[in-house]
Amino acid sequence: MNPEPNKNNQKLVMGNEAVAMGAIAAGCDFFAGYPITPATEILEEMSKMLPPRGGVFLQMEDELSAIAAVIGAAWGGSISMTATSGPGFSLMQENLGYASITQTPCVVVDCQRGGPSTGLPKLASQGDVMQARFGSHGDRPTLVITASSVNDCYESTVFAFKMSQKHRMPVILLIDGVIGHIREPVELPPAPPPRKATFPKIDADSPRFGDAPFVPFGHGPVTVVTGLAHQSNGLAETQKGSHTEQMIRTTIENICRDPEIIDSWALKYQLDDADVAIVAYGITARSAREAADLLRADGIKAGLLDLKILWPFPNEILRELAGKVAAIIVPELNLGQMVLPLKAAVGGRVVVHSLNRADGTLLTPNDIAEFAAKQLNSIEERTHA
Amino acid sequence: MPKLGLNIDKYLRTQVLPTVWCPGCGNGNIVEGLATAFSRMEVDPTRVVVVGGIGCSGRTPFYVQTNAMHTTHGRALAYATGLKMAQPDLTVVVTAGDGDALAIGGNHFIHAARRNIDLTVLLYNNGIYGMTGGQRGPTTPFGSRTTTSLAGNIERTFDTVEIAMAAGATYVARTTTFDMQEIPLRIQEAMAHPGFAVVEILTQCPTYYGSLNQLGDASDMLIWQRDLTDGVPVKMLNREELLGPLRTGVFRNEKVTEFTQAYSDLCSQVGGNYGHN
Ligand SMILES: Cc1ncc(C[n+]2csc(CCOP(=O)(O)OP(=O)(O)O)c2C)c(N)n1
Ligand code: SF4
Repeated sequence: MNPEPNKNNQKLVMGNEAVAMGAIAAGCDFFAGYPITPATEILEEMSKMLPPRGGVFLQMEDELSAIAAVIGAAWGGSISMTATSGPGFSLMQENLGYASITQTPCVVVDCQRGGPSTGLPKLASQGDVMQARFGSHGDRPTLVITASSVNDCYESTVFAFKMSQKHRMPVILLIDGVIGHIREPVELPPAPPPRKATFPKIDADSPRFGDAPFVPFGHGPVTVVTGLAHQSNGLAETQKGSHTEQMIRTTIENICRDPEIIDSWALKYQLDDADVAIVAYGITARSAREAADLLRADGIKAGLLDLKILWPFPNEILRELAGKVAAIIVPELNLGQMVLPLKAAVGGRVVVHSLNRADGTLLTPNDIAEFAAKQLNSIEERTHA
Repeated sequence: MPKLGLNIDKYLRTQVLPTVWCPGCGNGNIVEGLATAFSRMEVDPTRVVVVGGIGCSGRTPFYVQTNAMHTTHGRALAYATGLKMAQPDLTVVVTAGDGDALAIGGNHFIHAARRNIDLTVLLYNNGIYGMTGGQRGPTTPFGSRTTTSLAGNIERTFDTVEIAMAAGATYVARTTTFDMQEIPLRIQEAMAHPGFAVVEILTQCPTYYGSLNQLGDASDMLIWQRDLTDGVPVKMLNREELLGPLRTGVFRNEKVTEFTQAYSDLCSQVGGNYGHN
């Protein structure tokens, strides 16, 4: 995460640029978006990179149409993506649900800003973590990936595309204004040459939805796609939702069982002998790692669980952690949103302390270390009293 | 059902019939016109995508035996734009209601027209929100009764043709479900037109618009449509002839650089090869 700046082949790259480079590396050949701080550089980068590759860049009239065009393009055979920030992400929610029910692979980047509303356009926030999970109406499978460095922006984007195709679903990459705008020295591979997406051969009777592979229009037999509940052949079923319910349940199960997702769920840092665990994600995980070091220097055995995938929530990993540590500290740039699933996962077996702020200011390593030390002291005072 | 010497069954998804539409609804006439146009043009169903919005009209894609994409309310044109850009050699036809295309989706309508992207839009104008049970919409005639304007609509009415032309559509026509022979002709012209083509089709909703405004049954409404449009003959009308808001015919048919072509040219300029899908 902190490579020396002047090594060969390293370049100073901005987080948002790394997202665009990751997308190209993953084969993305369609981008539609609408300008919005702090995500705009992704749009601008894609507008430069796609035309020379014969890929499509579209600046749409709003975010409603940007995500709609992205889904339409996926059904046209493109590997497609959009990027936005809170206000635009709110506008995308209905069509995100459409991508879910139609099992459409695509990637949506939300470079978070402070909210609600226009809020704090340029400042750091992690206010959309619940919206990313529950923002669209109805139940649906969600996969939400985070990044806490420029290198992560690249890797997480590549991973997001891979998972969106593997599980036929929209995947959300959640970054924030600071990660999006920070510049770090990284060594990223050169862009691969443009490649044509290929799709499996199916015949007219083959199922199109559920466990079936994704085959876009024009790449196989006539296909029906609808946002109404439907059977595996695509035909609408408005009196019975059981096929759609099953499709959603199966996708959720498949994600939770996927070894690639299990392996990427969370990074453990100095947790083996830890008495206190900091559970953090995104930009905050970066401060939290240093906070763990500061605490250790003061003789407090602290470690970090860095959540790389927020949704589905890694319940098992937290349950396991709860049996090992005396306290969990959750620093976040919102009013304590991820504390809710975390408390549910640990089920009262360990105290959970929320350290949160939503004023656009980052939590520093010191903020987190001091808070953690204070909580530990008060636990000790209570046990000795 | 042989029609005009053609067997259009091939282009109907007969397994899902009957439709959800009410008896006497004009939408069936439009589906027949669409299938007739497909049949005359002998389109390959795997190379055509019919994209529908949400509304009674938006269900059309289910009933024609081509690829079908039934999208979200108002957004059909945005989905269709992405789809067409991704695979420019697909033929993309959009079916949307007046509420879908001109109220919730009005922004996408004017911007798709502005781009002049090669899409054919069939705008079903029944002057009311059918699917949700007869509320007023942007094309509800002044004074008409709907479930949300029982004392008469006080809002002014959009003229689809004027909007389409002002926004830059390069083929613009209007017809009615009374003019059954004309519908497939207009659709064929629109599909053959390389650019953004709008065919507004006045269609009857006897269930809500008809009953709330005492217009009688479906056949009475067809006569009403004929009289409303005053039987203006099908021909290229000049600007002076367009003054009546409900003239039918072809209002514009111009060749202007089409958007996927412009995009392809842009890619070539910077060394890219677009449209390789
Ligand atoms: C976002 C959203 N808002 C509202 C609705 C409810 N709704 C369904 S169809 C419709 C209007 C239908 O009227 P129109 O577009 O004119 O089509 P018609 O049914 O008359 O063919 C509305 C408001 C919806 N499905 N989605
Ligand atoms: S409600 Fe009106 S528009 Fe809808 S199907 Fe019935 S008659 Fe047709």
